[in-house]
Amino acid sequence: MSSNNESLGRVITVALVLCIVCSVVVSAAAVMLKPEQQANKTRDLKRNILMAAGLYEPGLTIEEQFERVTTRVVDIETGHYVDDIDPVTFDARKAAKDPSQSVRLSADEDAAKIQRRANHALVYLVDGEDGGLDKVILPVHGYGLWSTLYGFVALESDANTIAGLGFYEHGETPGLGGEVDNPRWKALWPGKQVYRDGEVAISIIKGNVSPESAQASWQVDGLSGATLTSKGVHNLVQFWLGQDGFETYLTNLRRGEA
Amino acid sequence: MDVKDTLFTPVFKNNPIALQILGICSALAVTSSLKVTVVMCIALTLVTAFSNLFISMIRSFIPSSIRIIVQMTIIASLVIVVDQILKAVAYDISKQLSVFVGLIITNCIVMGRAEAYAMKNPPIPSFLDGIGNGLGYSFVLLVIGTVRELFGSGKLFGIEILPLVTEGGWYTPNGLLLLPPSAFFLIGLLIWGIRSWQKEQVEAPDYVIAQHTPAEESA
Repeated sequence: MSSNNESLGRVITVALVLCIVCSVVVSAAAVMLKPEQQANKTRDLKRNILMAAGLYEPGLTIEEQFERVTTRVVDIETGHYVDDIDPVTFDARKAAKDPSQSVRLSADEDAAKIQRRANHALVYLVDGEDGGLDKVILPVHGYGLWSTLYGFVALESDANTIAGLGFYEHGETPGLGGEVDNPRWKALWPGKQVYRDGEVAISIIKGNVSPESAQASWQVDGLSGATLTSKGVHNLVQFWLGQDGFETYLTNLRRGEA
Repeated sequence: MDVKDTLFTPVFKNNPIALQILGICSALAVTSSLKVTVVMCIALTLVTAFSNLFISMIRSFIPSSIRIIVQMTIIASLVIVVDQILKAVAYDISKQLSVFVGLIITNCIVMGRAEAYAMKNPPIPSFLDGIGNGLGYSFVLLVIGTVRELFGSGKLFGIEILPLVTEGGWYTPNGLLLLPPSAFFLIGLLIWGIRSWQKEQVEAPDYVIAQHTPAEESA
């Protein structure tokens, strides 16, 4: 290396040229791959929605399967659909952080430990073969042991019977709390009832549900070795299907007034 | 310049993980399933190879006062490009790798090779050296990944090999293997194995326990 390599001018030139070349390469990659990445993200979300409702068939493309699904924005407070928010651009996670679009939950309201709840939420309505409403899929989230679990709960058209549940993002311990992803555990949910005498009664209990118990239709087995994750899932399901969650909307839906 | 030597010395004789003890962090984090491990290995090998290539190409223009930052800039750019490509073509895997693709930037193997080899050697050997070190890293990761996935979840590449008790089979999985610390034990065992076979890799102990002072002298 020659000595003029170390001159100030040389240092600045090399740094500048390098920065320009690198930034062009990086931005070119980011811009060119953006549409594909966006498509992947939407496809992934749609697949999770379908999987929660138990509708996902690996053979067909997601777009084809999603044709039966309508996305609507719901005002959680009033339980009615809102048409002035575009469901395509609405970002529930962003809204939950924005004070103008969310409410702060007091400690005893906040069973799911999410601190703020967005005023609006996206719900996914699945049409049946005959054109009527078949299933309604609601986004849920709440704190488990280590992380916030994000997922969906699907209800049958009576807005009371669970059709499925699934989480698409969580950081629970693999093999223990991570078993919320286990298909065998998720298979316990369909057919369970949510409300009894107008109250949210669905709960996750420790151990196994005895089939003879009068409560059996409202209870789900806890995950063994994952008491705190089970509790978290219990709380978040109770919260999102309760008064501060989608209860008003589901009541409206049952009456056909949503 | 022996191509074979440049490529394969880093696999056993001078393995970046087993001998130089570099890149342990990602070796713990991404090895719980093989599919993710393989993608991580490919990503790291490509980044090491190409950063070596580009750094070696401009090595005579790099002022030595800013050489580290120049290397970092090139490595960081390559990592971002790899990350973007993964997000576009292998979205599921990039979700599982999450932050660890980005952390290739801080992987000492990449920087180490750039500084130790690419700054002093022509582009083609540097490129091969990058591939070789990537292979060395991949070798260790694949061994660990195989053990962890097979005994931790009874699967290889997501295909069931040992039927689990929870799925109605006979195998009770070892939960520890799914957690990052298990890779520490495996890497330790692997280093022990390699050093028992290649004795010249054994390091001289930093401290030697002294003899006890006889009782009559210490009195």
